[in-house]
Amino acid sequence: MTPAAEATANHRNGSVVQAAADWVADLGSLAIDGIVALGNISLFALRTFGWLFARMPRRETLLPAFYQIGVLSLPVIALTGTFIGMVLAVQSYSQFKMLHLETRLGAVINMSLVRELGPVLAATMLAGRVGSAMAAELGTMRVTEQIDALSAMGANPIQYLVVPRFLGCLVLIPTLTIMADFMGVCGGFFYSVVVLDIDRLHYWQNSQLFIGVFDVFGGVFKSLFFGAAIALISCHRGFHCSPGAEGVGRAATGAFVNSFVVILIIDLILGILLDRIYYTLWPEAGKLF
Amino acid sequence: MVAVNRQYASDEELLVEVEGLNVLFGRQHVLRDINLVIPRGQTLAVIGESGCGKTVLMKSIIGLVRPTSGKVCFDHRELVRLGDKDLSQLRTRFGFVFQMAALFDSMTIGQNVAFPLKQHTSKSPAEVEKIVLARLAEVGLPPSVVHKKPAELSGGMRKRVGLARALALDPEIILYDEPTTGLDPIMSDVINELILRARKRYPVTSIVVTHDMHTARKVADRVVMLFPASRLRPDEPQMIFDGPPTELDSTADSRVSQFVKGEAGERLMEMHERGEIEVSEPDE
Repeated sequence: MTPAAEATANHRNGSVVQAAADWVADLGSLAIDGIVALGNISLFALRTFGWLFARMPRRETLLPAFYQIGVLSLPVIALTGTFIGMVLAVQSYSQFKMLHLETRLGAVINMSLVRELGPVLAATMLAGRVGSAMAAELGTMRVTEQIDALSAMGANPIQYLVVPRFLGCLVLIPTLTIMADFMGVCGGFFYSVVVLDIDRLHYWQNSQLFIGVFDVFGGVFKSLFFGAAIALISCHRGFHCSPGAEGVGRAATGAFVNSFVVILIIDLILGILLDRIYYTLWPEAGKLF
Repeated sequence: MVAVNRQYASDEELLVEVEGLNVLFGRQHVLRDINLVIPRGQTLAVIGESGCGKTVLMKSIIGLVRPTSGKVCFDHRELVRLGDKDLSQLRTRFGFVFQMAALFDSMTIGQNVAFPLKQHTSKSPAEVEKIVLARLAEVGLPPSVVHKKPAELSGGMRKRVGLARALALDPEIILYDEPTTGLDPIMSDVINELILRARKRYPVTSIVVTHDMHTARKVADRVVMLFPASRLRPDEPQMIFDGPPTELDSTADSRVSQFVKGEAGERLMEMHERGEIEVSEPDE
């Protein structure tokens, strides 16, 4: 090999090594950023819990948050629940009809709703409607120095801004979930019984037979974690919003996307956990014979 | 004139002490080894070009920015050693007038001014209302603004509401962050007069961050000038002037005199050399 060719080969090898090193460095940097973000949000959550137990927020900060989170979310969550109930009926009917099991639709629709779709959809709608709005509002407050102004006046921003929103999401998401469940059950019933002409009595009997209190409780229990996650993630995104209109936009979008991903992760973990608890408490429940 | 902190008779006179303060944002060194003492009753103007760290210095003094190293003491208490509750309590002795007023836009003007009173006192609603109206009157605003939202007011009015809110708890020290920026010359002078009036009425210490030389000359007993740390040599101090406003014109430091006169001078060539701007050649 000529010296020139050797130099070219060495250069090429060097470039490959350099590219690999850059890739490892980027990966490392990404991992560090992830760990830092996790640490940040954990500290933020700890401070929120600290203020939650140290001093209850005032009524005038709590009530507007409850109104925004609970009352104003009610119509959209009720509407979502109703349509999901009806869609489940539409999608399942033909398969069940082929097996002549259409009266079992009530069990399938209602079980899916109370265990999974009601809590997850209520949380998703809450993340979209309230989470993004909270991140945008707090982000704007950060950008316009209103959060600094709160601190400068001796008020703690976490206690004043985050705790009422956190409590609002935590306390009201179970009621919103129950509303989504209820409207879903009504929607499913309406489409199955009124439109598809399934026998009303058998529809309800099958529902009662297959769905227990534990299923409803499991869904509502999961929603508590969804509500806490939505509030913490959205408020954290707002508090750490980068300057400008773009920063606020990113905070709002990020709040929804991150909340949604975390909702799905929590849903899986709690789903497995609740399933284990269920079969530990009622070991005979899953046996066919 | 190189930075010199004047010697004061006793420690009791000192309200703010900054010692070896360094603030870094990521790798960016914003404040470098700042030493500053502010006695009670003084009005200090902090001047310097945009991005030199004036606001960061002021936010460090109230504990909104945590020092990377060094000490910031208020009334002989080091801020970083205070817990959340003690720091919140200490901040009730401060008034902060923000650059864009930072009024809470979800509240009315009355609620904004009443906010610190409701947070830290147990006064009745009638007493709070009386104080709110008095503070608004002090800054020349009529009672009719009480029910308006911040968005319904002009920039000058919002700044005055910000000042009324800062005065609500009779603070010992008021921090003004660029109080006249974005205002017309008349409204700027109104704000300057209000700063002077606040000092006459209360025995208050003031720190005014500004790049408006008219404000600095009019309201300050002492002027400190900061220079951007990124453009300094490692051995140069960041505080390039510390003295009474009357000495600003006689300083030998060209960076100070150019700033005071508003001349770009070498800065223009420096920016040209860095490729930040193009300087047109004079016509032959």
